[in-house]
Parts: sequence; structure tokens; C-alpha cells
Amino acid sequence: MSRLLDHVATLGRSGLEVLQAMGRATIMLGMALFGRSSSHGSMPSLVVKQIYAVGVLSLIIITVSGVFIGMVLGLQGYNILVRYGTEQSVGQMVALSLVRELGPVVTALLFAGRAGSALTAEIGLMKATEQLSSLEMIGVDPLKRIIAPRFWAGFISMPLLACIFSMVGIFGGSMVGVDWLGIYEGSFWGNMQQSVDFWNDVVDGLIKSVMFGFVVTWIAVFQGYDAVPTSEGISRATTRTVVYASLAVLGLDFILTAVMFGDL
Amino acid sequence: MRMRTVEISVGAFLLAGLFALVLLALRVSGLSVNADNTTYRLYAEFDNVGSLTKRAKVAMGGVTIGRVVDIELDKKTYMARVIMDIETNVDNIPVDSSAAILTAGLLGEKFIGISIGGSRDFFKDGETIDDTQSAIVLEDLIGKFLLGSVGKDDEESNDSF
Repeated sequence: MSRLLDHVATLGRSGLEVLQAMGRATIMLGMALFGRSSSHGSMPSLVVKQIYAVGVLSLIIITVSGVFIGMVLGLQGYNILVRYGTEQSVGQMVALSLVRELGPVVTALLFAGRAGSALTAEIGLMKATEQLSSLEMIGVDPLKRIIAPRFWAGFISMPLLACIFSMVGIFGGSMVGVDWLGIYEGSFWGNMQQSVDFWNDVVDGLIKSVMFGFVVTWIAVFQGYDAVPTSEGISRATTRTVVYASLAVLGLDFILTAVMFGDL
Repeated sequence: MRMRTVEISVGAFLLAGLFALVLLALRVSGLSVNADNTTYRLYAEFDNVGSLTKRAKVAMGGVTIGRVVDIELDKKTYMARVIMDIETNVDNIPVDSSAAILTAGLLGEKFIGISIGGSRDFFKDGETIDDTQSAIVLEDLIGKFLLGSVGKDDEESNDSF
């Protein structure tokens, strides 16, 4: 009987811990973004430096994976559609799947792995080497100086990376479809333009990528800030960033898709 | 010097992202910048709309001139009432024109085709197209072929095509 109660207590404790962590994450974000501003250096230049680390350095992995995913979509789509003699629709298939789903989702997953883990490790190490508390000692708010620029950088970079990913992917698809497999170029792009709607497809994909950018960066920054300041704690926090961010992106994607495209 | 390269590359990154968005808008979704997208509303009542959906196109002579906004059932007449938005620059559809539900290709999507009448009066906002032709429902056609009744009872089965 008491063992059973122990299990119930363990469950309750982990539930409370999750709630506490969510509360701490919300307080951290609120303090970092809306807290009373103190002397924290010039914000724009800090953000620019972080956009370089988070966005510019992620460009290579994003473009390379975009090209390959677009090419694979073109090839697979062609193989199926050519049986029904509708290989002209490869363009619209590639474009719709990239713009609506794969662009935002795959970019967010890569972003979590490439930039999110780096953010967590960096902030975690700052905490472990007591740089954060030193900042506080000299009267600089680490939430403003360290957390906020990194958060904004991720939030700004992610939608741009998703746009680049989709566009590069569509060019990859056209490379395979038009240049290699010989689909007529006019119908490839024409069908695409006819079926892709700017507001319902492109803008909805953009909204998705903005939400993913928010969630992934928030998780990454919080895991670093909340990490146990030991080498093991940092490694755990980095793992948690990638796992939680990926799960959050995929779960959120289903909800957003249901809201955006569910009634069509 | 180091900070300057960082700033330049960030600027280039922002430009590349915006450029990709513009390409997505113009090249992929075919958004035209100066499109005159004001519309006026027309209604049409069909016996059967088949699998016509919202956002289906409305075409005249093969050229898209509008979109289907909504489809609802008229409770009094039991007919399907299709609400269409037609581009304002096509303001000369004669009042005796007819609307038919057509299919793009064998398995393509349904759309509404408008055939021109000869009247000198034109449809205005909020009016209803009376002369309509319903969708061809493939199951009904197959059923008729199975019963061997194609061509015999055209008068009775008028409502299904």
C-alpha cells in the first residue's frame, strides 16, 4: 500500500516539477523581454552579433538540406505522378509540401539541433563558470544582457531561414523535375502558381515558422539558464533542448495545421 | 574590422531571407502586386453541385474571372446555393448567361464555367444566375449505363445532369 502511495507521490512530484519549470521559464522570458531596462549596453549590436551566430552560421546546413529535400520530393513525386500522366503537378506538390509543412518543420528541427543546442551550452557554461552571477555583481542584468539578445536573434532568424529553406527546396525540385526529368518548365511553374495561394499557404507557413522560432529559442535559452551548473548538468540541458524542442515543434505543427488547414 | 564583417554578413542574411520571401510570393504563389482584386457577388442555384468546393474557380471561356466563396443548401427549394465573387473588371456578363459545373480533365477539380448569353443587360452585384447546369455525378452515369437507360428517359433524369 505504501509503495503504491510512493509511486503516486513520485508522479505528483514530477508533475509539480514540470509546472515549476514552466513557471520559471515564463518568468525568465517575461523579465528578459519586458523587465525594467537597466544599463545593458547597446541592444541592437548585441542582437546583430547573436543573429550572426544563430542565423548566418546556420545558413549552410539549411540551404544544403533544403536543396536535397526539394530534389528528393521532385524525384519521388515524379515517380508516382508519371504513372497517372500528371507529372506536371510535381511543381505544385513540391511547393505545397515545402511551403506548408517541410519548410517550417524541418528548418525548426535543424535549427534546434544546430543553434538551439549551441545556445543552451553557451549559457549553461556561462552559468557554470559564474559569469552570469559576476554580471549581476557589477549591476548588469544577465537576463537583459545575455538572454534577451539571444532570444530575439532566434526569433528573427528562424522565419528567414524557413523562407530560404522553402525557396531553395523549390529550386532543387525544379532542378530535378525540369532540368533532369524533362517536365515542361511552363506547366511546372504555372501549376505551382495556380495552386499555391499567398495568404493561405505562404503566410500560414511563415506564421508557423515564427511560432517555431519562438518555441525553440525559448526552450534553448531557458534550458541553458536553468541548467545545473556542472559539466553533466550542461550536457543534460543540451540534450533536453534538442528533445523538447523537436517534440514541441512536431506537436505544435499538428495543432497549427489543424487550425490553419483543417477546415479546407 | 571583425565586427564589420559580422554586420555585413548579418545584413546579407536578412536580405537573403526577405528575398526568399519575395520569391515565394511572386514566383511560387503567383501573387501579382498591382492586382485589382475588388469583386462583386453573384449567386447561382444548382440541383447538385457534386464535389464543388470553396475556393473553386469561376471561369468564362477558360479564363478565371472569380472564385466560389461559399456553398449552402437553400432550405425552401432544396437547391444548392453557390456564392461567387467575380472580379469587378468583368462587369459585362449578360443576364441570360448560364452557369455549369465542369470538371478540369477526367479526374481534375470541379469549377464553374459561365457560358455567355445574348442579352444587353448585365448582371449586377447580388443577382442570381437562373440558368444552371448541375455537376455530372459519375455514380449516376454508371448506374444509368448498368440499367441500360441512357437516352431513354432523358426527361426524367434531367436533374442529374
